[in-house]
Amino acid sequence: MSDHESTYVPKTGVEKWLDTRLPIIRFGADYMSLPTPRNLNYWWTFGGILAICLMTQIITGIVLAMHYTPHVDLAFASVERIMRDVNGGWLIRYVHANGASMFFIAVYLHMLRGLYYGSYKAPREMIWIIGCVIFFLMIATAFLGYVLPWGQMSFWGAEVITNLIGAIPGVGEPILIWLRGGPAIDNATLNRFFSLHYLLPFAILGCVVLHLWALHAAGQNNPVGILIPKDRAKKDLLPFHPYFTVKDGFAIILFLILFAIFVFYQPNALGHADNYIPANPLQTPAHIVPEWYMLPFYAILRAIPDKFGGVVAMFAAIGVLFVLPWLDTSKVRSMRYRPTMRTFFIIFLVVGVGLGWCGGQLPDSPVIGSFKTFTLFDGDLNSYLWLTRLFTAYYFAFFFIIMPLVGLKETPLPIPATISEPVLTGADAAEQKG
Amino acid sequence: MTIGMKTVSIKTIIASAAVAVGLMAAAPALASGGAAHPRSGGFSFDGPFGTYDQGQLQRGYKVYHEVCAACHSMNLMHYRNLGDAHGPFWNPKYPNPNDNPVVKALAKEIQIADIDSETGEAIQRDGTPADKFRNPYPNATAAAAGNGGAAPPDLSVMAKARHGGADYIYSLLSGYKDAPAGVTIRDGQHYNPYMAGDLTPFWTGDPKHVPPGGFIAMPPPLQNGQVTYDDGSPQTVDQYAKDVAAFIAWTSEPKMVERKQAGFGVIIFLLIFAGITYASYRRIWKGVAH
Amino acid sequence: MAESVVHTESPEGGDPNRRDFIHIAAGAAAVGAGAMIAWPLINQMNPAADTLALASIEFDLTKVQEGQQVVIKWQGKPVFVRYRTPAELQRVIADDHAPDLKEPQTDAERTKPGHEKYLVVVGSCTHLGCVPTFGAGDYGGWFCPCHGSHYDASGRIRKGPAPLNLVVPNYDYLSDTRVKIG
Repeated sequence: MSDHESTYVPKTGVEKWLDTRLPIIRFGADYMSLPTPRNLNYWWTFGGILAICLMTQIITGIVLAMHYTPHVDLAFASVERIMRDVNGGWLIRYVHANGASMFFIAVYLHMLRGLYYGSYKAPREMIWIIGCVIFFLMIATAFLGYVLPWGQMSFWGAEVITNLIGAIPGVGEPILIWLRGGPAIDNATLNRFFSLHYLLPFAILGCVVLHLWALHAAGQNNPVGILIPKDRAKKDLLPFHPYFTVKDGFAIILFLILFAIFVFYQPNALGHADNYIPANPLQTPAHIVPEWYMLPFYAILRAIPDKFGGVVAMFAAIGVLFVLPWLDTSKVRSMRYRPTMRTFFIIFLVVGVGLGWCGGQLPDSPVIGSFKTFTLFDGDLNSYLWLTRLFTAYYFAFFFIIMPLVGLKETPLPIPATISEPVLTGADAAEQKG
Repeated sequence: MTIGMKTVSIKTIIASAAVAVGLMAAAPALASGGAAHPRSGGFSFDGPFGTYDQGQLQRGYKVYHEVCAACHSMNLMHYRNLGDAHGPFWNPKYPNPNDNPVVKALAKEIQIADIDSETGEAIQRDGTPADKFRNPYPNATAAAAGNGGAAPPDLSVMAKARHGGADYIYSLLSGYKDAPAGVTIRDGQHYNPYMAGDLTPFWTGDPKHVPPGGFIAMPPPLQNGQVTYDDGSPQTVDQYAKDVAAFIAWTSEPKMVERKQAGFGVIIFLLIFAGITYASYRRIWKGVAH
Repeated sequence: MAESVVHTESPEGGDPNRRDFIHIAAGAAAVGAGAMIAWPLINQMNPAADTLALASIEFDLTKVQEGQQVVIKWQGKPVFVRYRTPAELQRVIADDHAPDLKEPQTDAERTKPGHEKYLVVVGSCTHLGCVPTFGAGDYGGWFCPCHGSHYDASGRIRKGPAPLNLVVPNYDYLSDTRVKIG
């Protein structure tokens, strides 16, 4: 696929003139005719969905910035003015606010697809690593954006998360003051967060271009996970357009229906009521939680009894993704042919969701019933604290122990020689129906 | 055999995702603490097609104006908003609410603190539709000082700022009760089973059965017959609470009706679009094994 | 058999170049969706409800001295309220049919009956929007310092690049001494 030759032939004089000077039409045409494995299933449509999410966030964000005022006295009211007085402002703001959640739903499914089908393995490590950078930038952007409405959750979220930096021994405190622009979260912080929230999406956009470039170079993975031999290219590959534009388009519309249900009928369901209370630096809400998409990492943070240790664990939970290609020792990409690994993967899914759930609970409250069992070190065994620790242990074990060991010990199922083979046996169809 | 296992794996993934969504939805509910679950106000705006009841909004404004506005600000509201589409005094004859005579008259009843544009001195003048709802206190410090240290919260977006929304406001306002025996009430506080809080430190009874609710600084604000309705609605605390909760739901989300109506159109369009695209997809992939 | 299943290009649907009805419909729906999305993004830049709410102001004419003007802000622009002397009034009425008027108007058309001594005009030069200077210029009205337009005391353009007279806003007398602009 990397040696995909250009089939674009400029037709008109203008096209010929442009093609020798700036071959931008050729670039687009080559992307549209990119040979793509024919067996890609709907899990592969999240790339296109994510492109739509990013564009939605950038466009609605630019529009919101026309009306938003980044000042501690005016920010809350300016957001509510958008909701009330700006023409269609309620729609634009709800799309932007819910768009963040939609973006994370799509990116998590996109990443899990990559994990399941081994899309991070050679020769696609760079696609995966750039993707991890994008994910990290997304978390940063979402956090900065959540501060802007200057509600109670905005303020206290910013307080708690910036304090993580303060946990770094020695240099933490000066960095913290530098980051906030003062001894506490205040107007200076809000202004710089607004500036960075506007900047980072364009950094994401740049990374997306690199992500696609790397994809173009290494070629798409596929559910079977094998590289497509050159002599099979004609039979196993289809041009991206129209086959995958229409398939992605259909998936995007289904995704937009989900998006629309939230925007028009449950616009505040994914947010927190406390963020409709203006920020008050003198009073913390009773129970502060981050947005749902940060909960698993927040849970890992709280699982570690040491402040700095918690921060390290939380960043390690994201950082481990960067080295994933070298932790997996298996030669087989797709977990379709790795039944043992698939079982561990399903447990990983449950653990990930469980971490998210734990992140929303008070650590001391009991998991089952309302009774106490016995105290282990610093907490009762029947508490979210210990459940979170159990899940956190599995999260790291999955990457550092299970992945390297299973790859060496397991016996994979026989792998088809071509991606057409499962098409004929019907295995592929069965999976898609299931 | 391979086929069977694959089928299971995808099903499991989908099931896990469903569980995930379920748990996410459940999480805030579990986290909300020891307050009693709000009673439903049976509001006309509940559900995907619900709209505001204009009569109820007018009564709610009256209750707000005569009772709540004595202590609570509503800084995000302007008198002109009363004449906005789907608002309490919306009249299609006046698409610009600033021209609506009812709105003008209501604004004129209010004295607004202002600065004389020539002399620069503080004056009181008649309100106009463009004015914000009058704030009973000149600033937050005065509001706190006038209420035993706890400033009455702004009510503009109250229905979005509390779990349970309008139902919560209705339940709270109509749900004041004498504190259960065994609860030690702090000075200047009142017991309300719907108030968020934890009574454990103030409870002398069985620690396993701490009563629900918490303390609230606001004394019971409504009494039967306090506000006169001219449309024959019952002049009871329950009705007042319902009406003012509906009014606050409207001030919190004044574009709700537009939102639901637009959403209906958008989702119908997307369903048709999805159908057409699916047909196009089937046509393009016809005869292509994949 | 293997090859026939994998092979594409069936006459009805496999040909990607075939443009039949369903593809046109899908494309049209996509264009429609784009237009639906574009509208709110464009419309949000129109004046918001709070801006529109401040469309009118009231002004007390007793605050203007004879021979002077007061500048007030209306919709973000200056409005000149000028109390003209009898001599100024006489001069502008005499010029009602002067040949150098670019936009011929009588002074009576630019004031309210019974209140001719008061002139209310938007203080933006009709050339490129600068604020003309009071009492300057060749005609005793205003002179625009940006590009040299001369207005008379009725706000009519007499000389210079401006194409039109100073605009008279919509206003009404609420009483003998009080006007409502807008």
